[in-house]
Amino acid sequence: MSDISLLVLLPLLAALGAAAMPRHSAIWGLAATVLTAILAMWLALELLQDGAREVAIGGWAAPLGIVLVADGLAVLMLLMTSGVGIAMAIQATSWGVWPSSCTSKKAAALRSGFWPLWLATLGALNVLFLSGDLFNIYVAFEILGLTAVGLTALSGTPNALRAAFDYLSAGLAGSLLLLLGIALAYGVIGRVDLAAVPMLAETVAGRMALSLFVAGLAVKAALFPLHFWMPAAHSSAAPVASALLSALVVKGALYVILRISIEGGAGMETLRFALAGMGAAAMLWGAWGALRASRLKLLVAQSTVAQIGLIAMAIGVSGDGLMQNGLWHAAALLMLSHALAKAAMFVAVGRIAEELGHDRISGLNRKELRPGAAEFAFAIASVSLIGLPPTAGFIGKWILIEGLIVQNAWIWVALILIGTALSAAYLSRVVSRCLRGGPHIAKGAHHPPWRAGDVVALGLATSALLLGLASAFPLTLLEITVK
Amino acid sequence: MTPDFIYTCAGSGLVGLALYRLATCSDMLLRVLSLNVLGAGIAVLFLALARDAGMTDAVPQAFVLTGIVVLVGVTGALLALAERIDGPHDE
Repeated sequence: MSDISLLVLLPLLAALGAAAMPRHSAIWGLAATVLTAILAMWLALELLQDGAREVAIGGWAAPLGIVLVADGLAVLMLLMTSGVGIAMAIQATSWGVWPSSCTSKKAAALRSGFWPLWLATLGALNVLFLSGDLFNIYVAFEILGLTAVGLTALSGTPNALRAAFDYLSAGLAGSLLLLLGIALAYGVIGRVDLAAVPMLAETVAGRMALSLFVAGLAVKAALFPLHFWMPAAHSSAAPVASALLSALVVKGALYVILRISIEGGAGMETLRFALAGMGAAAMLWGAWGALRASRLKLLVAQSTVAQIGLIAMAIGVSGDGLMQNGLWHAAALLMLSHALAKAAMFVAVGRIAEELGHDRISGLNRKELRPGAAEFAFAIASVSLIGLPPTAGFIGKWILIEGLIVQNAWIWVALILIGTALSAAYLSRVVSRCLRGGPHIAKGAHHPPWRAGDVVALGLATSALLLGLASAFPLTLLEITVK
Repeated sequence: MTPDFIYTCAGSGLVGLALYRLATCSDMLLRVLSLNVLGAGIAVLFLALARDAGMTDAVPQAFVLTGIVVLVGVTGALLALAERIDGPHDE
């Protein structure tokens, strides 16, 4: 039993514990989330010293056995998951740590449902990031899909249930496409480990298999035009669940797309071009949706469509790992900064809606209420999503644009700049309304009280900001590869 | 008309039918059913590919088994959700 497999085993066992003992579920959840984060940090330190590592479970080597691979990219994603996870765990304690401390019946139901689902999500994400073969990735996606749907339906409103049904059926269709891709891949080369992807990309049937696989992943990542299920699911869930879904769950699929694109070699060029094109379309479409959205949560969900487009485009234009242009580092950094900023944004929106009693954008100006910490956190997170210095989003876009200018790929540069301008436009719809002051604020207007959500949102947004200053660390980690 | 050909055609036909139904239909029960047909089609394709090896290959069968288990679980979850959607609401 090594520490890598513990990263998978611990959250899944704790999920069982939390489900079996609902009274102590919050304790199980907090302990397992913190322990997993410590394990992930330990693994990162070991990686910085000794380089990447592989573990064959039960001593069965690839291609038949299951191999867990921890390289720099995987460990960076593990750290991202743990960081956002701890923040969400703190936020979820506001439903009450013990059953007796729950403020209402609804909070009690949310509390007992959330912890097992979150722990299973954490376990599934860790499996996904460490998996070394396609079939294992498929299984991880199935666990992830079911728990993510559970998180969507957690709030129990009719809208959330319907969104959860659409999400689950779209997700299942996506995973069946993954399975079909795996079937074809196995038929072509008789192996399904990730190291065999370059061999697949050399034959026509293998490229078909890879296309099916990536199409399935595109459904799960909500990449345009397969994003139809996503805005409803992310905007009707409870704030904590939306944050987890938007910050982490879609990243799982994007991570696998990135991994396949890096491994795939020159045979994937057409597929990469398609990814970049879909990403560019997603950026424009999501921005259009966000500009038109009337509700705050819907705006944030539509902005996820656009940001996923940007990341997919970064993956598409970055070429394979052998090209050494480092553009895929930009994709990884953008994933990281989007996870932090979007989690902060959903929690902040949850708090704003709680104070105002609604989340209509037109009603954000209120005479008797001054803007509070949640609005401030939303503004910082917006700065990171737009990609202004010194945030990690800025560093990611900088690397991307610099690399594209070197390649003379001016069309992609222009598209990124248009996407950036549009994201500034739709986010300022909210931020400008939050900058309220002057005559229309009443004399006795009060500040909203501080809650756990404000602290969490501010913490996440600040870390997205500071990550830009400390971006040497993720970039060093990304240099660590298996070869 | 070799068995290989029949299996491959049947599998692709089922996948195509199911995807068509899934894209055009909004009834919840029909969508759950077409997802199941899609799963069955993929299983048939998998087994057809496995027959090419000449003798029985255990790995695709293990894949199909895992797929069936997953499909049963997800179908259960989908039906539970559909029942909740149609059932009475507390709010």
